[in-house]
Amino acid sequence: MYKYDSYDQAMVDTRVEEFRDQTRRRIEGTLAEENFRPLRLQNGLYLQLHAYMLRVAVPYGTLSSAQMRMLGDIADKYDRGYGHFTTRQNIQYNWIKLDEAPDILADLAKVEMHAIQTSGNCIRNISSDQYAGAAKDELIDPRPYAELLRQWSSFHPEFLHLPRKFKIAVIASKTDRAAMRLHDIGIEIVKNDAGEIGCAFYVGGGMGRTPMIAPLINPFVPLDQLITYSEACLRVYNRYGRRDNKYKARIKILVHEMGKDEYTRQVEEEFAHLLTQGIEPPIAELERIIPYFADPAFDAAASDDLDLSDPDFAVWVKNNTVAHKAKGYVIAVVSLKPVGGIPGDASADQIRLMADLAKDYSFDELRVTHAQNIVFPHVRKSDLYTLWQKLDAADLSTANLDGIGDIIACPGLDYCSLANARSIPVAQKISERFAGKQEELGELKLKISGCINACGHHHAGHIGILGVDRKGVENYQLLLGGSEGADTSLGTITGPGFSEDGIVDAVEKATNVYLANKEGEERFLDTYRRIGMAPFKEAIYG
Amino acid sequence: MKILTGNDLKSGAVIWWDGQGWSLHVDDAVDASEHADEILAREEAARHVNSSYVVDATQTPEGVRPNHIKERIRALGPTVRPDLTLKPADPSAINWVI
Repeated sequence: MYKYDSYDQAMVDTRVEEFRDQTRRRIEGTLAEENFRPLRLQNGLYLQLHAYMLRVAVPYGTLSSAQMRMLGDIADKYDRGYGHFTTRQNIQYNWIKLDEAPDILADLAKVEMHAIQTSGNCIRNISSDQYAGAAKDELIDPRPYAELLRQWSSFHPEFLHLPRKFKIAVIASKTDRAAMRLHDIGIEIVKNDAGEIGCAFYVGGGMGRTPMIAPLINPFVPLDQLITYSEACLRVYNRYGRRDNKYKARIKILVHEMGKDEYTRQVEEEFAHLLTQGIEPPIAELERIIPYFADPAFDAAASDDLDLSDPDFAVWVKNNTVAHKAKGYVIAVVSLKPVGGIPGDASADQIRLMADLAKDYSFDELRVTHAQNIVFPHVRKSDLYTLWQKLDAADLSTANLDGIGDIIACPGLDYCSLANARSIPVAQKISERFAGKQEELGELKLKISGCINACGHHHAGHIGILGVDRKGVENYQLLLGGSEGADTSLGTITGPGFSEDGIVDAVEKATNVYLANKEGEERFLDTYRRIGMAPFKEAIYG
Repeated sequence: MKILTGNDLKSGAVIWWDGQGWSLHVDDAVDASEHADEILAREEAARHVNSSYVVDATQTPEGVRPNHIKERIRALGPTVRPDLTLKPADPSAINWVI
């Protein structure tokens, strides 16, 4: 894992003290809310439905045990004993007191964490593949490049006041596990025909009220020009992105309205200019970063044997583990979606337990996924049963990864001041209704957003649900056919919306159509794509 | 009726204007139709409340009830965590919210 150098630490420490002073002035009355608001937002502090909410950055979703332990301690010390892992690989606390916020940031700084740029019209936390450095199918570990982007984008003076927020994802495998093409910039590390490693740039994707899949604008940018090309993409956006209408201010609108070809032409022109300016970080900086992401000391003699005689363990292994690049090891995923639970929530005790287990069984490392789960990236197969037993004892062994119970849901109207409808109760009801059908339904990604901002990624769900406000009453639209992987697609609305109970019934009708029509090993999404919307509509509304 | 709400500056807690000061309980809220702007300006300036605004509500036999579900959820707490609401011992309290 990356370790702060003295510059990183000094920047974060200085920021804490700066915010402490700003907070003091706000409480004393020498700083008005209109002046304080942008300052607190730049430090991740929102005012939400019930209290202040703090969003903490987890760069590319990677955490050490010490960092995870601190997140648990903060939940106890400053919040109400739990945290909420988000669809941006971050964590949020819902019950923060303003006068304690600087102390939280100081505690985070002790473990090389912060909340900087988790809000505002700037480059947000860089996201990545949660299996980076462990996946069997990756070209290289994308995290050193995500870290380089993190350093470049942190406090970048030119990009702190963009037309709108800006999200970048970096992956290095064909199996896109980071919804890369639904980001403002999606970077896929690829190998060209000459065997050289470089970056494919996809620009102008996003969800929200105008969902778009990012088009490919450059199939191969040499790795040693990654930052320069990113800067060119941002410069053209910063120059022409709309600032007159926040709903048309994201880069996806610019790329769409300007046209991919013209946007690309301007980026290439800017890129050519920037190449003459020498803005790419020195190679020595990348060489300093890369060793931090070196493989841990895997035991070459580790056995691939796994005793699956415990049937519950066997189901968990089948559903919640992923092939590892090292022989004798496996990637284990903890679902934060117990039946009837709140997606992404974990108690302080659970967070600390996962920190301890990562220390004992996963080389001190964890990952947060955009699907609101936690990953132990490097587990020796011989330790897997012990790990599972300890997770099971803490209600962390739900075996539903990528199944209908593994629901992505935004906080919705239970917590969020932007939401129009509650997301969590719908997720809970669906989770309970389908608890016994996980195995029968197989992979079925269901995603729920409580408003059009789409933090719950409903556009990209095999089944998506969007909560809307219909004359003060919650109403839920159903979408089918979305996907966020290598086969990214946007869901289509089935028709008129439903009540809270009605949407659960509608989901069941849709799954019944799938089960009646599936051929062979087809997933829900495959069947939908083959037979189309009509049979689903007929079953749901007929 | 028009009632006034906002958040406590330090704690962020949802609060309601009760005619004399600010209460955590929406049932204490009073109709402030006539002087809303004046009260909010004064209370904001004194930092007794943050991000304040006016809410439409109805006086019912059970108490003051904001008309919109968002404000009713603010008044009680998250419907999915009855233990974190203002009435943790009464899970049925969420019935008037939704």
